[in-house]
Amino acid sequence: MSIDLSQFHQVFFEESYEGLDAMEQGLLDMDMVSPDAEVINTIFRAAHSMKGGAGTFGFTQVAEFTHVLETLLDQIRSGQRAMSQDIQNLLLKSVDCIRQLLQDLQAGNDPDLTESTTLKGQFEEILSGQSPVPATADKSDAPVDDKKEEGGGGWLVRFIPEVTLLQTGNEPARMFRQLADLCDNEMQVSLDTSRLPVFTSLNPEECYLIWEIRIEKTINKEDIEEVFEWVTDDAEIIITPLDAGSAQAPVAETKVTAEQPKIEDVQAKPAGAANPVSTEKAAVKQPAKQQESSSIRVSIDKVDSLINMVGELVITQSMLGQLGQNFDITRVQRLQEGLAQLEHNTRELQESVMKIRMMPISFVFSRFPRLVRDVSISLDKKIDLIMSGENTELDKTVMEKIGDPMVHLIRNSIDHGIEKPADRVAAGKPETGTVHLNAYHQSGNIVIEIKDDGAGLNTDRILQKATEKGLVAEGANLTQEQIFDLIFQPGFSTADVVSDLSGRGVGMDVVRRNIASLNGSIEVSSERGRGSRFVIRLPLTLAILDGQLVKVGEEIYIFPLVSIVESIQLDDRAINNVGGHSDVLQLRDEYVPIVQLDDVFNIEKEKRSIAESIIVVVETDGEKIGVVVDELMGQQQVVIKSLEENYKRVDGISGATILGDGTVALIVDISGLSKMSGTSAKILDGSHKAA
Amino acid sequence: MAKILAVDDSASMRQMVSFTLKGAGHDVVEASDGTEALKYAQGQSVDLVLSDVNMPNMNGIELCRNLRQLPGYKFTPILMLTTESAGDKKMEGKSAGATGWIVKPFNPDQLLTTIKKVLG
Repeated sequence: MSIDLSQFHQVFFEESYEGLDAMEQGLLDMDMVSPDAEVINTIFRAAHSMKGGAGTFGFTQVAEFTHVLETLLDQIRSGQRAMSQDIQNLLLKSVDCIRQLLQDLQAGNDPDLTESTTLKGQFEEILSGQSPVPATADKSDAPVDDKKEEGGGGWLVRFIPEVTLLQTGNEPARMFRQLADLCDNEMQVSLDTSRLPVFTSLNPEECYLIWEIRIEKTINKEDIEEVFEWVTDDAEIIITPLDAGSAQAPVAETKVTAEQPKIEDVQAKPAGAANPVSTEKAAVKQPAKQQESSSIRVSIDKVDSLINMVGELVITQSMLGQLGQNFDITRVQRLQEGLAQLEHNTRELQESVMKIRMMPISFVFSRFPRLVRDVSISLDKKIDLIMSGENTELDKTVMEKIGDPMVHLIRNSIDHGIEKPADRVAAGKPETGTVHLNAYHQSGNIVIEIKDDGAGLNTDRILQKATEKGLVAEGANLTQEQIFDLIFQPGFSTADVVSDLSGRGVGMDVVRRNIASLNGSIEVSSERGRGSRFVIRLPLTLAILDGQLVKVGEEIYIFPLVSIVESIQLDDRAINNVGGHSDVLQLRDEYVPIVQLDDVFNIEKEKRSIAESIIVVVETDGEKIGVVVDELMGQQQVVIKSLEENYKRVDGISGATILGDGTVALIVDISGLSKMSGTSAKILDGSHKAA
Repeated sequence: MAKILAVDDSASMRQMVSFTLKGAGHDVVEASDGTEALKYAQGQSVDLVLSDVNMPNMNGIELCRNLRQLPGYKFTPILMLTTESAGDKKMEGKSAGATGWIVKPFNPDQLLTTIKKVLG
């Protein structure tokens, strides 16, 4: 029977990643002086399961590496070795290394083994160093001793079980049947009843019989030993060759001596022999290209509630169906009730389906204790990380994309925000700085806060840097918020020394852009000497969008609500023409470029003057543009449908949705529109000529 | 066809074992740790127990010891799935009443061959 093991790979990977997370968590929480036994057990178990799984599913590299890890952990677990900072560091590095190996394997690539080989060397050094016990574990990898004995003319097996044999579930009859299979029934079993007590003292649960089996066929002695493998300690098994002088086995002949078989030898052999075979076989079945984490785990509760709702939907449907069969006007009331119920069912179902994609943000948060630890050690700072709201749920897709921006912000907080211990003491603050992560839901958004009690943003220096880089004019008078906002500008970096941690070219502008691509926003507030606070707001899901419906000509477009700053109606005086073909709007003390949506999307419509139109001011990547539309309609949540999948990509459009009346409305991609308007001078130019 | 209780905290191993055994026509009950397995065993008997050793809540050794206390499990074959090739873990299993062991890693064929030793 052959079974394709690759079908279990996905589960193995997911489970291993969870195991690694648990290991990491356990290692970080560990009290170095008196480690909690349960924590160590958890770490050990994770390594152990991974080793077992990796071996079974043919990932030899992972199995070999986790083996040394497990050996060391086992020593710690059994109290033979004390935990130390060095070991902790090494284990944490190994967690990263295994994760990398698994990711490579999952992607179907050959993993890079340099790191694991180095780490493995370090483990072996520790293990061989002041190892309290001689390293025993690796023996199974060694080729099995080639000492094959063959009974030239068969074997005589004397099987003398302990009386307690049956109590371990071992049954002599089964072993004899196996032996019979081995030698094609060419054997004779004789019974020795000498141990049998008198009937009154006979305990039916005990085994008093002794057997002698004469095997009259040439078979390997190991095969016989394997049959009795499990009972070597519960029985005396004496295997002697029937006829030592036979010529049938010339090679083995000399070895077939009267030497008494050593039962201890027997134990490890089948195990060892099984090893290379299974790994070799399975290694051939390397995974074909596997999709990156394409499955999610959903709790049974959520699935149950879904099934429940579908059930209700079916009931409502059949109720409506019956109603339709012989409908007359008197039953309108019933119909309305039914439709109301249908709407209710549908909404609930939608919410539940959305919930499937929702996962607690702890999946992202859990990587930060490690980050904070590593960064603070490398910077010689003392930092407490406080996390709250870990159970706040958000969409899996959003979650996958928010990790990197958060890493950047946290690194920044530690690198630039929190001061060195000495400076903190001098400033009258506790030596240990605090970084606080918090997440909560607020009006359909998830809000993530990253707060530190460090030095806060230095407005003077930011302004000075920005002036140097030409981001603001010399002597410009900016409000505090405008100054804070400068750190999100492309090409801005305040770090005096480009450190290993922050300031490697990935600036806050990228953070903002990443967040904006998720239809989110980021704000900063800060107080000198007291700390800073970054607030990220994200939609709970990417599948639904809070939209503002606008009308241009006969077309309806949808603007993401988050990107709208304000909507205004102005007279022509607020519009200035720059350079003869670009219109700009003077919005208080700013100039905002104006985009005519009908020009960009080539909509046929009657030209109206700006005064009759409405300008929706939207912001993207820190830039504002004013979009001219005819009419503002309602705001509503819309379900985003991909335009690429259903039609093709269109510049300036991020997707589409279907409105209540069945018409399709396009969702405007604000940053795309802004980019188009950068070249829109041409478009506007053309249209002006035409007009 | 035998009724087999498969106990492992690792979902992938459990799936693999279960899939293999079901493919061979057996009836498989899965449990993710010793506590869960014992709870099941208290209600009904099975023909064979396959259990991992290292598990949270109740490990395989404890499970084995507890199962042997149950009247219906006095002689039921209990096989431990173990990665330790060293003898002491096996001994511990034996002294807790385990029938035998299967050393990880194993492939489906090895699993089927091994359980044939104790079934029927």
